[in-house]
Amino acid sequence: MGILMLDDMDRAILRQMQADPAMTMPELAERVGATPARVIRRVDRMMADGIIAGQRAVIDWRALGFAVHVSLRITLDKTVTRAFDDFLAAAREVPEVLEIQTFLGRVDVRLSLIARDLPDYQRLYRDRILTLPHVADIEALMDVANVKSDMRLPI
Amino acid sequence: MTLDDLDRQILQALQRDAGLSTTRLAKRLGLSQPATWRRIRRLQDAGVIAGRRLLLDAEKVGFGVTVFLGVKLATKGRVSLEDFERAIGAIPEVQTVDHILGLYDYRLRVVARDLADFERVLRRRIMTLPGVGDVEANVLLSEERRPGPI
Repeated sequence: MGILMLDDMDRAILRQMQADPAMTMPELAERVGATPARVIRRVDRMMADGIIAGQRAVIDWRALGFAVHVSLRITLDKTVTRAFDDFLAAAREVPEVLEIQTFLGRVDVRLSLIARDLPDYQRLYRDRILTLPHVADIEALMDVANVKSDMRLPI
Repeated sequence: MTLDDLDRQILQALQRDAGLSTTRLAKRLGLSQPATWRRIRRLQDAGVIAGRRLLLDAEKVGFGVTVFLGVKLATKGRVSLEDFERAIGAIPEVQTVDHILGLYDYRLRVVARDLADFERVLRRRIMTLPGVGDVEANVLLSEERRPGPI
């Protein structure tokens, strides 16, 4: 996949949209100093090119009673050919898994897991995580506090 | 806050597409537009919907490398966590900072143009911060976000 050429106006639009995705087109146009028609054309083009993939609502799981957030760092048994595929398919079946990442490094997979409280976490860990296929090792790290999470790209 | 089925459907729909208009969402749920709007408002007021995030294709805008970095602080007690958090959070390439308990003290998500660029950010911006001890880097290969237990 090639890198698409963005000019200063495109970058200004993306910076503003990252800061506030809910902004209307006239507001956005005013911020970047262009006409709304021009900004809409640019946004449409960046959507068609797949640069802007959309926007999603961010859910605060703590507000829904999920107080425990754990990062599970998993090493898989790579002697099994289908280890990754089998593991990922089974992990997708656990509703409390919010994110699945695969890596090149010491860790193969990271699961971001939420639970209501520690007993709930213990139950999930025993019944749903330790039973996932081809796991060689698991390390659990408890999330204490989120310091920064805007996920912005430094465009 | 406890959710009913309609709240769950609203959250699922907005997680996939936060730009969805209330009119279209209402139609999909078989609700009136004001009733849908009231429910969204209630989810926002309760803090369940915490905001919106623009989804960009990082690779297409030139960020080909994402690294998850585990950072251990070397000299706890002598370095203020607040100072470290402020300094690390101010680095534009650092997308997320989480204070964690376990093998490492912090998990960082770092984007870079390529591995050489990542090395520059790591050596010049991150490793030079006071108190940074052991660092473990894992290069992201794939990522998926799940809808969660709703």
